[in-house]
Amino acid sequence: MDNLLKLLESDARMSTADLAVALGCTEAAVAAQIEAYEKSGVILGYKTLINWELAGRDVVTARIEIKAVPKMNMGFEELAETLAGFDEVETVYLMSGSYDLALTISGKSFKEVALFVAARLAPLESVQSTATSFVLRKYKERGLMVHRPQDEREVTHL
Amino acid sequence: MIDYQKLLSHKVVELKPSGIRRFFNIANEMDGVISLGVGEPDFKTPYVVRQAAIESLNRGRTWYTANAGMPLLKQEISKYLHRRFNLSYHPQNELFVTVGGSEAIDMCIRCLVNPGDEVMVVEPSFVSYKPIAQVSGAKIVPIATRAEDEFRLTAQQLKAALSPKSKLLILPFPANPTGAVMLREDLEAIAQVLRDTDVMILSDEIYGELTYGNERHVSIAELPDMWERTILVGGFSKSYAMTGWRLGYACGPAPVIEQMLKLHQYAIMCAPTTSQFAAIEALRRCDDAIADMRSEYDMRRRIMVDRLNKMGLSCFEPRGAFYVFPDIRSTGYTSEQFCQELLYAKKVAVVPGDAFGESGEGYVRISYSYAIEHLTRALELIEEFIHERQ
Repeated sequence: MDNLLKLLESDARMSTADLAVALGCTEAAVAAQIEAYEKSGVILGYKTLINWELAGRDVVTARIEIKAVPKMNMGFEELAETLAGFDEVETVYLMSGSYDLALTISGKSFKEVALFVAARLAPLESVQSTATSFVLRKYKERGLMVHRPQDEREVTHL
Repeated sequence: MIDYQKLLSHKVVELKPSGIRRFFNIANEMDGVISLGVGEPDFKTPYVVRQAAIESLNRGRTWYTANAGMPLLKQEISKYLHRRFNLSYHPQNELFVTVGGSEAIDMCIRCLVNPGDEVMVVEPSFVSYKPIAQVSGAKIVPIATRAEDEFRLTAQQLKAALSPKSKLLILPFPANPTGAVMLREDLEAIAQVLRDTDVMILSDEIYGELTYGNERHVSIAELPDMWERTILVGGFSKSYAMTGWRLGYACGPAPVIEQMLKLHQYAIMCAPTTSQFAAIEALRRCDDAIADMRSEYDMRRRIMVDRLNKMGLSCFEPRGAFYVFPDIRSTGYTSEQFCQELLYAKKVAVVPGDAFGESGEGYVRISYSYAIEHLTRALELIEEFIHERQ
């Protein structure tokens, strides 16, 4: 069922009917497999990738690198869970290398993001330091080109 | 004033312009057309292949190659044909590298056909066989394959087309535009008919890597007594998504290849050097890339066949290439009317079947070398169109 995940990953809106045909199995089998994936968490969810800039809404995105003090027996788990709990935070990753946790957060303005760092992040007990970098421009998001390339193939050819 | 019509070669002037070109000129001028018309992969050439070409350029390898192509490439082609299709061609004198499969077709027809010879063209098929044979002075004998035979060539049809003047059979499988394939037993039946004749075969196997289901592509050259009468045409365009590189090859018995190579040398000199470097990498490292693309095409193919049949356009299940060839006669339109109406009403462009020979009338060619989202959007529009016109 690897192909099922591959298809859904590239287009979550494919109908179970089309999925069944593409994979050469029954619709019921596809539906059951999807349900199993959803229950077990293999499929985390279905979301829409939106280019907010084109939609006319201001969005500021920042990546924040956090150095943290690991807790006894817990490592970075508790802090990571706390950070993941903030609505503004889009991704939380534990990293190898010179810092410990990487966040992506989005807000309406630089100020809003800065405020979040100052008021919410920095005061957390185990946060040692933060380094915030703002995203200037997005080129590719979750495997999709932000400016969609045109189909340049010459249709007049065979 | 020079009257060019008088000066130009009559044979060339008399050739019919491609019907597809005319149709797509209209489509190209419209805004927002969803095309299902192209005959080339939507995938990019695999990264490692592009990289190999860039590297060769950076090293300044920009000279001509040997007329027949780089020895290393010829060796790789020979190995590849053996590995994939169980065929034996000596890289030294039984194959050479061409500018796409198209050039190989051209060279083959020109080297075999004398004026008055009969060339049997299995139809519906790729548009360039007939004009080239015509320019060579051949008499074209079209053999119309039928939907009820899954667009395969039958022994009976071949027998009916044979005459003492038959010189060449053009056998284009897996087929553009029908997606038909010839299984081993189908080819065996054809071989049986040809064994007692002097008829040569031009086997255009450019889509040889793109077959679906359990049966792999079989070349007629693999069958007993067929190797010595077959010129196999292959290439990189469809299998490795390398259309723009213009690279193919022709394989066959040395006496024929020798003559084709002579003509190639005078006409073309050699295939593009950069593309040859790229092709070596493709043959060495891209079996997996081919498999991935094939599996993607296969999923699209299933969706196309299913949806078209469900909306009432009966469509046999193609097992090769990347086209479906639905029957549109239930709509009451001719192929051309259907395509035009669909284009004007829904801005979806498909190719009229009669562009591939008269026997394609009543059908349209739909290419699925597009992303699934693009295909499903187009299918929705075609379905709307069918329902509105019922």
